[in-house]
Amino acid sequence: MTGITSLTDKDRIFTNVYGFQSAGLKDAEARGDWDKTADLMKIGQDQIIEIVKASGLRGRGGAGFPTGMKWSFMPKAPTPGRPNFLVINADESEPGSCKDREILRHDPHKLVEGALIAGFAMRARAGYIYVRGEFIRETEALRNAVAEAYAAGLLGKNAAGSGYDFDLFVHRGAGAYICGEETAMLESLEGKPGKPRLKPPFPAGAGLYGCPTTVNNVESIAVVPTILRRGAEWFKSFGREGNAGTKLFQISGHVNKPCVVEEAMSIPFRELIDKHAGGIRGGWDNLLAVIPGGSSVPLVPAEQIMDAPMDFDGLKALGSGLGTAAVIVMDKSTDIVRAISRISYFYKHESCGQCTPCREGTGWMWRTMERLRTGDADIGAIDRLYDVTKQVEGHTICALGDAAAWPIQGLIKHFRPEIERRIVEREGGVREAAE
Amino acid sequence: MPKVTVDGLEIEVPQGATVLQACELAGKEVPRFCYHERLSIAGNCRMCLVEVAPGPPKPQASCALPAADGQTIRTDTPMVKKAREGVMEFLLINHPLDCPICDQGGECDLQDQAMAYGRGHSRYDEMKRAVEDKYMGPIVKTAMTRCIQCTRCVRFSEEVAGTPEMGMLYRGEDSQITSYLEKALVSELSGNLVDLCPVGALLSRPYSFEARPWELKKVPGIDVMDAVGTNIRMDVRGRQVMRILPRINDDVNEEWASDKTRHHVDALVRNRLDRPWVREGGKLREASWGEALDMFAGQLKKAGKDVAAIAGDLLDAETMYAAKALLAGQGSNLLEGRQTGLDYDVTSLAAVRFNTPLSALETADYILLVGSNPRFEASLVNTRLRKAVRRGARVFAIGAEADLTYKAEWLGDDLKLLGRLPKSAADALAAAERPVMIVGPGALGAGALGAALKAAGPFVRDTWNGFNVLHIAAARMASLMLGYAQPGGIADIEEANPKLVLLLGADEVGSKRFGKAFKVYVGHHGDAGAAQADLVLPGATYAEKHGTWVNIEGRVQRGERAVFPPGDAREDWTIFRAVSDLIGKPLPFDRFDQLRAAMVADVPALATDGIVEMPWSPPTLDAKAEGPVGYPVKDFYLTNAICRASPTMRRCSDEIVHGVVYEEAAE
Repeated sequence: MTGITSLTDKDRIFTNVYGFQSAGLKDAEARGDWDKTADLMKIGQDQIIEIVKASGLRGRGGAGFPTGMKWSFMPKAPTPGRPNFLVINADESEPGSCKDREILRHDPHKLVEGALIAGFAMRARAGYIYVRGEFIRETEALRNAVAEAYAAGLLGKNAAGSGYDFDLFVHRGAGAYICGEETAMLESLEGKPGKPRLKPPFPAGAGLYGCPTTVNNVESIAVVPTILRRGAEWFKSFGREGNAGTKLFQISGHVNKPCVVEEAMSIPFRELIDKHAGGIRGGWDNLLAVIPGGSSVPLVPAEQIMDAPMDFDGLKALGSGLGTAAVIVMDKSTDIVRAISRISYFYKHESCGQCTPCREGTGWMWRTMERLRTGDADIGAIDRLYDVTKQVEGHTICALGDAAAWPIQGLIKHFRPEIERRIVEREGGVREAAE
Repeated sequence: MPKVTVDGLEIEVPQGATVLQACELAGKEVPRFCYHERLSIAGNCRMCLVEVAPGPPKPQASCALPAADGQTIRTDTPMVKKAREGVMEFLLINHPLDCPICDQGGECDLQDQAMAYGRGHSRYDEMKRAVEDKYMGPIVKTAMTRCIQCTRCVRFSEEVAGTPEMGMLYRGEDSQITSYLEKALVSELSGNLVDLCPVGALLSRPYSFEARPWELKKVPGIDVMDAVGTNIRMDVRGRQVMRILPRINDDVNEEWASDKTRHHVDALVRNRLDRPWVREGGKLREASWGEALDMFAGQLKKAGKDVAAIAGDLLDAETMYAAKALLAGQGSNLLEGRQTGLDYDVTSLAAVRFNTPLSALETADYILLVGSNPRFEASLVNTRLRKAVRRGARVFAIGAEADLTYKAEWLGDDLKLLGRLPKSAADALAAAERPVMIVGPGALGAGALGAALKAAGPFVRDTWNGFNVLHIAAARMASLMLGYAQPGGIADIEEANPKLVLLLGADEVGSKRFGKAFKVYVGHHGDAGAAQADLVLPGATYAEKHGTWVNIEGRVQRGERAVFPPGDAREDWTIFRAVSDLIGKPLPFDRFDQLRAAMVADVPALATDGIVEMPWSPPTLDAKAEGPVGYPVKDFYLTNAICRASPTMRRCSDEIVHGVVYEEAAE
């Protein structure tokens, strides 16, 4: 393991994540935002992309695609009739995730400044921030920040005195989870029902209104100005090889102090929980399982997660994923089958209905999960359910199908005895009349 | 051209082809529901999954994936088989098990593909989803529980028909295809939704529970409801045509047919003239063929050379040729086909036909409509125009504003505009590479052919002829080729004061003309023509005879007899052949093939395979045209004797044109 695993205050990027100061421009400037932004942009467009590449920043929205590489796909010479666009995904709807919300309401200027720099680097004419429908106060804070930036000349014509014209729009969605999928988001921005598009073409080729578009997560964009200020090497010094940087972890569930905290990547799970969340409720022996990256990744049982490094590769090795680093901790009081069944219901409810496996499969999976919850099934139902998840996974247009399948696969992989116990107990409990 | 390997077979595919098309070129069947060649790609049914390398290690939707050089495509691996079985299972878990009572049974994509690619047993024991049926008007009946959300109907309405009435409501499992307000669909192409629907969710309302596909004999024919010459297939059971479907012909109708083409079919057994009638004391009474033919012969002898023939709109060339031969025996050449009094110049047929091939029409970049509403005069010409518009063509129109399903720039309804186009239209014309002018029947009626020909200069290029006249009568081009045209139109015939007028299925002449003449009506439906005739001789509809039709482009097409005429009715030419014997001047053909041979000997162009060559040498005519121009088709659903006898067309007219609301009893 290289670098430090525990972050000190001087290395935190999001210095107002708890809202101890105001989100306004003045306080943001005091925290270092918008400090000589024009100078940062003088580094040059391609050079900025190179720095972001060198920093090892991977997309913070869940998939972990290298951000700098994503930017480099954008056309280098957009025409006025077909400009480049930046779309920022603030449709944070994944159960367990709550990091973008903190950025939007407490540190929006980090995002707005990041949007300008990222938009400049990828030669975007304008940026769109798509905010989750339920984020009403967050949208207000973000709109205030954008308005302040415009009033201060930091956006619009000659943004921040850099000579570059960049506009930023805030759009609030209508509350559909699927609009967090990048192409569904583009459809929604265009005023259509939020249904994912077929890929190819990828957004970098034909995205918003058919123009080259990059869709980035809020956190990926918001860390960019700091990376430029402190250098790629600094950012890279946190976390293991290939999992660089700092990350907002969102710890919820059965811990003593649930919190959102910025930590270095690759911090061991035990250290993360003990240091920031006050430990597991009832002690480490009481830990049952953890969903380490938001509802769509498979759960990891206690004994495997305890000393695992919290990063993309470490969790992938456990058959799960870092996702958005939304750590859902479950202790032994949890009805684990019910928990996963509830997640199944969420995906059934949020499936857009466009493609067959997800439309039909999510309902089937949820109904079977409900049966398994009460034990009202036969043992074969478990294998059947597993087979159905395999029929959904990888067969759909977008990743929602995968997201619906993985939690169930994780459950069956790690907790099959628990499911079987329920079935057997229920069967045993049913007395049959004598013939 | 990319080279790909499909199941070990290396083939070259055209640039821009999809993986699915590549598989088809290699002779591999790929199951699909949402994909349709003529609609945009949705990629949502996931039935067409195949394995593609290089690519992610999961099956890919072949309909949406471009074929690229060096790809290895597999359609026969366990992964593909499992993927298809899985998708099939998902489609079936919420599909009702009502195939035995479903009209789609026997021609259902879901049924067929379930047989070919499904697992053959069920693992689903939860409750099935049920969806309420939606009202979609007199043509389309719904059973929405059967819907598999392929969205072909949505895409068709939006892209081809241009009436975006369909859509998907709600999401996930609860998704429903609907017409939102559940009023009658206003599209004149809604019957195509029934063909497109891969399952039994959208069904033909008039045809519901009428027949099973395996009972039907399929006969190729040519539609006569408009002058496009839609290629149709008549599905026959016993003595009745049960339904009409389009045949695929990319040069003419692609694979569409208008609602009128499909659904006038119930009139083929209604209101038919099935025995001869003789007028006596002002009233028609039934008569035997012997009596009727004797009367016909007697009148012919009496009239001598003072006989005339007016051809109706639905006639085949053979019937017109036989009648012409009969009149020639009498020494008369008084032939006219333009019943409503049109008198445009026909010295050059190229000047009165649709010179741009229909398939080329969709590449036009500038369209000028002159007194034409193609949506209702030739629905399938309109779909081509719509395609051109979607590709970027600009449409300018002289005429009363109407909804054409695409954006047109309305210049006004004064024909004077033809001589001096407004600047925007003239500038666009100057910049256009493939401009098209369509002179509609309204303009022909207002005498604007001369003015249009004068303005035709910029539309006619070396390899592009964009001057088009749009007729609405299926018989028109053939009748002109056979000489059914007088310089002054039907007025000339009136002036000649014939003693006997032969109305060949002519129902639009009007009862005021030829008051003194003895009128013989040879036709198939009891409509305006029979009502004014002194002698009614029952003939055959287009479905009951072999025949040759020439469409607006001048394309010669032949239809076959699907059924026999009802009752005592006969094929029209046999009537003329019989009466010619009685007057002692027998016509020189005893069989249909002899008739056709005689006709072709006389007019060789009618034997053309495809479009008749017509050299472009437009006559110089009086180019004065002014005043407002209108459209003759007032009610799309009731334009001829057949569809006026159709209950379905009546109901369409009521509901769609006149907005009558039908209350339905709850089921």
